Amino acid sequence: MLAMIEANLPALQVVLPMLAAPICAMLGRGARAWALTMVAVLLAFAVAVSLFVATLDGTIISYRMGNWAPPIGIEYRVDILNAFVLLVISGIALFVLPYARASVAHEISEERQPLFYSAFLLCLTGLLGVTITGDAFNIFVFLEISSLSTYALIATGAERNKRALTAAYNYLIMGTVGATFFVIGIGMLYMITGTLNLADLAQRIAEHGDSRTLRMGFVFILIGVGLKLAMFPLHLWLPNAYSFAPSAVTAFIAATATKVAIYVLLRFMFTVFGFDYDFQAATLRHVVLPLAIVAMFAASIVAVFQDDLKRMLAYSSIAQVGYMLLGLTFLSHTGLMASVIHLFNHAVTKGALFMVAGCYIFAAGTSSISSLRGIGRDMPWTTAAFVVAGLSLIGLPLTVGFVSKWYLVLAALELNWWPVALLIMASSLLAIIYIWRVVETAYLQPAPEGVVRKEAPLWMLLPTWGLAALSVFFGTYAALTTAAASRAASALISASNMLWQ
Amino acid sequence: MEEIVFDFGFVLTHYNYWMFVVLMMTGLYITVSRGNLVKKVVGLNIFQTAVFLLYVSMGKIVGGTAPILTGEPGTVYSNPLPHVLILTAIVVGIATTALALALVVRIRETYDTIEEDEIIALELAMDTTAKASAAGSER
Repeated sequence: MLAMIEANLPALQVVLPMLAAPICAMLGRGARAWALTMVAVLLAFAVAVSLFVATLDGTIISYRMGNWAPPIGIEYRVDILNAFVLLVISGIALFVLPYARASVAHEISEERQPLFYSAFLLCLTGLLGVTITGDAFNIFVFLEISSLSTYALIATGAERNKRALTAAYNYLIMGTVGATFFVIGIGMLYMITGTLNLADLAQRIAEHGDSRTLRMGFVFILIGVGLKLAMFPLHLWLPNAYSFAPSAVTAFIAATATKVAIYVLLRFMFTVFGFDYDFQAATLRHVVLPLAIVAMFAASIVAVFQDDLKRMLAYSSIAQVGYMLLGLTFLSHTGLMASVIHLFNHAVTKGALFMVAGCYIFAAGTSSISSLRGIGRDMPWTTAAFVVAGLSLIGLPLTVGFVSKWYLVLAALELNWWPVALLIMASSLLAIIYIWRVVETAYLQPAPEGVVRKEAPLWMLLPTWGLAALSVFFGTYAALTTAAASRAASALISASNMLWQ
Repeated sequence: MEEIVFDFGFVLTHYNYWMFVVLMMTGLYITVSRGNLVKKVVGLNIFQTAVFLLYVSMGKIVGGTAPILTGEPGTVYSNPLPHVLILTAIVVGIATTALALALVVRIRETYDTIEEDEIIALELAMDTTAKASAAGSER
């Protein structure tokens, strides 16, 4: 029995939340649906941990879906990189879900809650599926499963603010255009190679060499995934979607959805197209690098002038995606490592910050910064969590934000790109400004009279503090995450070196 | 990279790709330019259909029949894999359209319009009243 479970772990990772989703929709009551979701997420997390432990020493687990041999059948391929991302996604879900109980009960009516939780499970299924699968078309299908359920989840915010509907609609239009571009790109690759298995694709592309079709395929995939991950000029859906979604949804998708898209980009760029693909290297250096730097500054500057806390954090997310893309463009081991570490670090930090925003909405009914005056005295625990996670966003030593910026700067200096290193540090100063604005309003300004604000309930505070504490823990004991990220980066590089040399 | 030479015969024999390009651009243009939310969804559908066409036509082999086993060794089959993939993509497209139309219905119920510019005007008005009430509560 145990051996059978162990042999089928990669399938269980996706199937467990998927099976729980329809059952959840039939349960009819919020509390029961929540309990079932919690069980499914716990199991998914346990599976992710065991997959991570199994791949830590560099083993690659290849699982045949329905026992059809790859490259004909669909292969689930788990190496250290996607095991790490699986762990991040299911871990964040594990933190968001206890928080969601009170927050969702506050923001969404009772009869819709079972449907909400089943959409949440479907979204988790999609994200885990994108990460674990080794088949290009399968990635598209799972990407759309997660995106469609995300649109629905965002639209549930309409009970608090009707603008959630238009935000979800705009995200749907742009997300679908992005996904369709991605399919066109895969179609081009299929035309050249006649295969959809990622490992097989890589091999045949290396044999085939460069061609115009390959270049078109690369560009379509880059733009398609770029829309999903909010690469700078393609980010327009993100601010509204994050600000009007229910708090628990914002915390979950901000910490996972864009990270999974970054993973897809990493996988395609370094496993499929390979490290030494000249056209890709040129595109990264001349297009993605400037865009990433513009994102770091433009989005941070816009964040400084936002009045709504969730909106401010959303713009900051666009800037942080810029850091992750910047790490890719260095095309070096340290740069890749910085991207993978930042993927984890930003998930933890932004998750905590959006949870704090949700606590404010729960207790004070608003996340507008001007109405948070003096809230530091009424809600000391929540606001303290904001300060800790905020410091991590800025990148102060002993927090995870520092670790990722350290490796980014190191990667820039390795290549002697000191202007880029200086720009990384300069953009961190902008983060200080927008975080300080909130801290100053919360602690130093007097509270408006006649406003009663109570501390958020324990079950919302605990997950928030859990993530904030993690951001300090992994900032202090950085060796744990850096080791995993370093191995993931070497796995990506060695896989592509073998093919091209 | 090979040199770009205009070969009229090549262009003519690959007319299926030209139809894909024209349909795709038509769909994308409608999605971007129309203000009516339903028309945007229709544009998106045309855009997706263009991609279905791309996949279906790339599985076609000249002289090939439907991939059904006939028992004769000399039969040429079309490649069935892209066709099967597109069945999945059609399902995804239908789900997307259904969700988009459901959202449009909700938008119509709450905003009383499905014209994008009117919705933007309504949302701007919401923003200004929200700011005015925030300023009012400060006093």
